[in-house]
This record gives sequence, structure tokens and C-alpha cells, in this order.
Amino acid sequence: MTLRGRMTRLVQDFARTARTIERDVSFMEICGTHTVSACRSGVHSLMPDNIRLISGPGCPVCVTAQRYIDALIELGRRDDITLTTYGDMMRVTGADGSLELARSEGADVRVITSTMDALDIAAAQPDREVVFAAVGFETTAPATAAAVLTAEARDIRNFTILPCHKLVIPAMRTLLSNPDLKVDGFLCPGHVSVIIGSEEYRPIVEEYRKPCVIAGFEPLQIMAGIDRLAEQVMRGEAKLENLYPEAVNPHGNPAARALMDKVFIPGDAAWRALGVMEQSGLDLRPEYAQFDAFQRFGIVLGEDQEPPGCRCGEVITGQCVPRDCSLFGTVCTPINPIGPCMVSSEGSCQAWFKYRRNEMKRRRVDERQEVIA
Amino acid sequence: MTTVSTSRTPVFNPHARRVVLAHGGGGQLTDELLRDVIRPRLTNDLLDTLDDAALLPVQAGRLAFTTDSYVVQPLEFPGGDIGRLAVSGTVNDLAVCGADPAHLSLSLILEEGLDMEVLRRVLDSVQATAEEAGVTIVTGDTKVVARGQADGMYINTAGIGLVRPRRTLSTDRIQPGDVVILSGTVADHGLAVMLQREAQPWITSELASDVAPLGGMIGGLLDEVQGIVFMRDATRGGLAGVVSDMAEQSGQHLTIDEAKIPIRPETNYAAEMLGLDPLDVANEGKVVVVVRKHKAAAALRSLRAHRLGQRAEVIGAFGEDRDGLCELLTEVGGRRIIQKPYGEELPRIC
Repeated sequence: MTLRGRMTRLVQDFARTARTIERDVSFMEICGTHTVSACRSGVHSLMPDNIRLISGPGCPVCVTAQRYIDALIELGRRDDITLTTYGDMMRVTGADGSLELARSEGADVRVITSTMDALDIAAAQPDREVVFAAVGFETTAPATAAAVLTAEARDIRNFTILPCHKLVIPAMRTLLSNPDLKVDGFLCPGHVSVIIGSEEYRPIVEEYRKPCVIAGFEPLQIMAGIDRLAEQVMRGEAKLENLYPEAVNPHGNPAARALMDKVFIPGDAAWRALGVMEQSGLDLRPEYAQFDAFQRFGIVLGEDQEPPGCRCGEVITGQCVPRDCSLFGTVCTPINPIGPCMVSSEGSCQAWFKYRRNEMKRRRVDERQEVIA
Repeated sequence: MTTVSTSRTPVFNPHARRVVLAHGGGGQLTDELLRDVIRPRLTNDLLDTLDDAALLPVQAGRLAFTTDSYVVQPLEFPGGDIGRLAVSGTVNDLAVCGADPAHLSLSLILEEGLDMEVLRRVLDSVQATAEEAGVTIVTGDTKVVARGQADGMYINTAGIGLVRPRRTLSTDRIQPGDVVILSGTVADHGLAVMLQREAQPWITSELASDVAPLGGMIGGLLDEVQGIVFMRDATRGGLAGVVSDMAEQSGQHLTIDEAKIPIRPETNYAAEMLGLDPLDVANEGKVVVVVRKHKAAAALRSLRAHRLGQRAEVIGAFGEDRDGLCELLTEVGGRRIIQKPYGEELPRIC
């Protein structure tokens, strides 16, 4: 059967389940990769009317607090520093421009795809300091840890990281502690779960009675995940289901977890919109303090100054969808992004603008008709 | 005491091995480069006059005139090189405007230290591609910049061609019901070049660039089929760039069916591995044709009869809405917009 045929059959089953629920239901895509894949593959357009998919705090660029962005730009502008970063951070605006702008003005900012590239750059220019912008969740933290350990083993002393890795489960707990949050279940990301293991979600299911379904990123896997969430809601259940058992086991990847544990220790971390959350980030352990760019360069984080009118914070906490923001698609577009959710290729606003802009137009037309009526 | 090894053959003519700054100085070494390396490869009556400008006979009608610069890295990649690219790109820009490509200029900007053997191969490729495309290189220029001020070599070509009479191709003419045809598989060029750049010992790739001059195929299509409305070659910005532009410029709604877009499985895997949407990735030998619905079958037959169009497919159609948006019916049956790529952080691919 073709992919289209299989999806059609799945959607028909799902629509029946959705009708049985007889109320509006919201499921949260915790991770930006799910949001983008679901938008890009058109899964969003196949949702029944009473099922709403909302974004969560799982886009690494979007959750990085403004103060870190400012610190990165400041580091990038220093003459003696080569700043290395994943490409997504380049265009996020801070209080004073972006890394892209700093680079165009002469800052030595390099986009890399692997932490080992940053190490190679450091080894090749021993007279310059090389800083790596260590952002991301449990998916990227092991690679940062590996780079730190390799730098130690190779005695590369001009390499440091600016640690701002985040942890997924504490973010979910913070969201759930907000009584206004209307979420009926979580679509949990396959790749993070490969590292942390499915059992990490157990407390969310048991303490907060919210269904959690782990799914891969292919359109059929996403739709199957949403279908299972709806089934649980229909039956009044709250269970942990792993639809990605070929990659995700109960306790995660022991080698990756061991790397993270060796180099990092959980610590309080500042998130965009969510504020400082206890034990939600990863700090370098004291024995690796020499790799901490905060310490080496005396970086003190400033205040967050978020762009006026920007609702990214509400978008990543499931309190609104991108089209609810008055800047969306008018002032704020992927070419001239105001907030990080429009900058990041995993950001909800960019995904909505790129793939669902027409629905907004239709909605505006509908609203106009309502006003006329 | 140091003994100087004399076992190697002395180099009597070092500037025959590598490009040196004086090759671009306009003096004797420039003459030597032209005489020994460039002219033997590109020879034709118009070029051989060596005048400051090529003198071309003029026919009645309209001329199409275009220019493009090529900065691809690496200079040689599976399926082609910067020379084949520089001829094909300009030929294709002329052809999609309904012109018969005729004459090209060739400007070389060489980096000091460029291996002369690479230059020879690229020039051979320029000539072979020009012959394949039925065009002549009639004028040119060579400059050399100091090491570090260019990346091996850059090429600029400009080209002219006579526009076929009564052939106005424009997005203004697009109407609801018009059909969109793609002449073959997407994303081959961009991914072949990117994989070559990121060459890793554990990646072996079968991918090859599709770079090719399309003048013959497009000329055949225009000869054989009436009702061609608009054409564009899908280069930088990929298929997504072309179809979103066509929708926006015509103000019409365009629906593309993802399941109909020809793509090689290995290209698809490579795109997935690099996190790229194949629709956003560059092609250098593919044309997107808009044709009236009742002529679509004839256009498809014409394209498929040509070596470069064997995998041509109807991939979409313009609808009644006048919203200027291009929508994708996805492989799984969902719908979403096709957005022109922003163009970020991509390596130089053309």
C-alpha cells in the first residue's frame, strides 16, 4: 500500500476516535522536530476539528534565554575568540544584533555541524581561544561532553564551552505546575528518548495523570502517536506508550548518559519564558571548570530583554499558537524574525509561517465574514 | 653538510604547472597562457580573431542576453565541474526564455597557485559542453588574483541567443488549469556537491550532479508543442524556489503533488541525512515547464523523447484561487505551503 493509502486508513480510524471524544483536545509536541515534521509532512492539515496540536518547550534555540544569546554575541565580538556554533543560533537576535550580524562586521564566528570540528579549529590555531556554544537538550549534550573529554585527553587548552544545555523532563514538570495549561497529552520525542529512556516519563504519567506517547519523526509515526494519545483520552487513561521501541529502550543509551554524567551536573537554568527552573540545565562539574567559558572570560549574564509584543514565550509553553501573535507573519517573518521561534528551523513560528500560512489567511477571511455577518 | 638531491628532473618551466600572478598581467606570460592553454581548447573563427570584442552578425528579431558567475567549490565534482556548470547555466537561462543559445563569453578569475592541470581539464570541459550545447565561446578575459583572494577559480559567462518568433513566455500568461511539468529528478546537483565537500571516509555516494545544457531539449519542446506558457530552470533555491515564485508572480494558486516529483532514492537518503528538504536543493539540469492542460501530454512526450528528459513528470497544476500561494499535497496526503528557501548557511554549490 502507498504511504498515502496507509495514512488515509490511519486518519479514518483517528477521526472516529476523535468524534467519540466529543470535546476539544490539545496535544503538545514537546519537541520542535515533531512540530516541524508534522507541519512539513502535512500531518497538521489532517487533524480532525476537535484535535489541536500545540508546541512545547523543545526547540533548543527557542528556549535559550536572551541573556545567553547576549553573552554569545559578546564573546563572538572579542578579537581573541573564535566562536563556534550550530547554525541555528546565527540569526537569533539579542539586545545588540545577532551572531550573523557580528560575523558580517568581522567577528570570527564559525558554523559547525559537529563538536569535534570545534576541537579541530582549536587545535589548528593554538594562539586563539575557541568557544563552543553548547546549546540543546539531551540529544546534543553527550556530543558536548565528548568534546570536553577529548579536549582534556588531547590537552587542547584553548577550547571552552558556554554551557546552556537543557533537560526535557524538568521543563515538562514546570509546564504541568501551571494550572491554566490545557494539555491532554504529550507527544514525546524519539531522539531525546533514545538517550534518556522511556522510563523518564513515568513520573509525568503517574503524578500528573497525563498520557505520554513516544514516537519517531516520520509522518505515519507522528500520526500513530497522536492516535494513541486520543485513544487514551477516549478511554480516560493516562499511560506511557513507546511506539518507537526499535530505537528507544526503557533506560536510554548508557554510554551517552555516562558521558553526560561524567562531565555535567544538573543545575538551575534560565529558560526563555519559563524563568529559572531548578535542576533543569547542565553545568560543568568542578573538575572540568577549566573548560567553562563563563569562568575563563568572566562572563556575567545580564537581564533578559525580550522583544516587545513577541509571544514566543507563550508559544513554547502551549498557551497560544503562532497565529495568535499579532507580529506573526506581518512584522515577524523568517526573513526578519523578531522572536527565536521564527528564527529557528525547529521553531514553531517558522514552521507555521513556512507551511501553514494559508490557514491564517483563510482564518482572517473567515473572521472578516463573521464581522460582516 | 647538506646534499641537494638531484634525482628529480629540474623544472624548466614552472609557470606551466601552476598559475602565477604574471599570467594575468597582460604581458608575455598572459600571451603564453592564451596560446598554450586556452585558445587551443576553445578555438573558433570568432574567438581566433583576438580582437577586443567579438563581432557578431545580427539577424532581425529580439536577442536574449544573460550573465552568471560560478563559484562552486570543489571545482570538480561527481557529474561535472565548474566549466560544465558555467556553460550549462548560461545556456539554460537563455533557453528557458525561448531563445536559441548561440554565443558565450568566458571570464576566468584564477587564484595564484591553481594547478595548471585543473585549468586544462576545466577548459576541456567548457569546450565539450559548448559543443554539446551548440554554442561558441566568442570572447573572454583572464585575471589572476593573489593566493587567498579567490578559491581556486571563479568563472563568469555571459550569453546571447535569438528569441524564437512569437514566443512570449511569462508568468503573466498563467491561467487556472495550466499544468506544471518537471523534466527529471530533483536535488541531484546540490547533494552531489555537498557530499563531495563533506567528503568523509565512511560516506560513499553514488550521487552525481545533473549539470547539463538544456538548449536542445527545450528547443525541441518549443518546436514540437504549442501552448508552452512559461519555463524556468530550477537552480539555486531548488524546485521550491521556482514553484513558489511562479505562484507569487502569477498571483494564482499552484498545487504540487509530492508523490509525483521524481527523485532518486539515494538522493532522498542523502537529503535526509543532511537534514535538507530535497525541494530546496539546487539542480543544474532540470527545467520546470508550465503548459496549457490540453498540450500537457504532448509536452511530456517531447521531453521524454530527449536523453535529459526521460524522467519528466506532470507534478502539479494551477487552480482557481487567486492567492499567489504554492501548496504541496504531501506524500502522505496532507497539505502545506511550499516556501522559497531563505538561503542560509549553504555551501557554495554553483
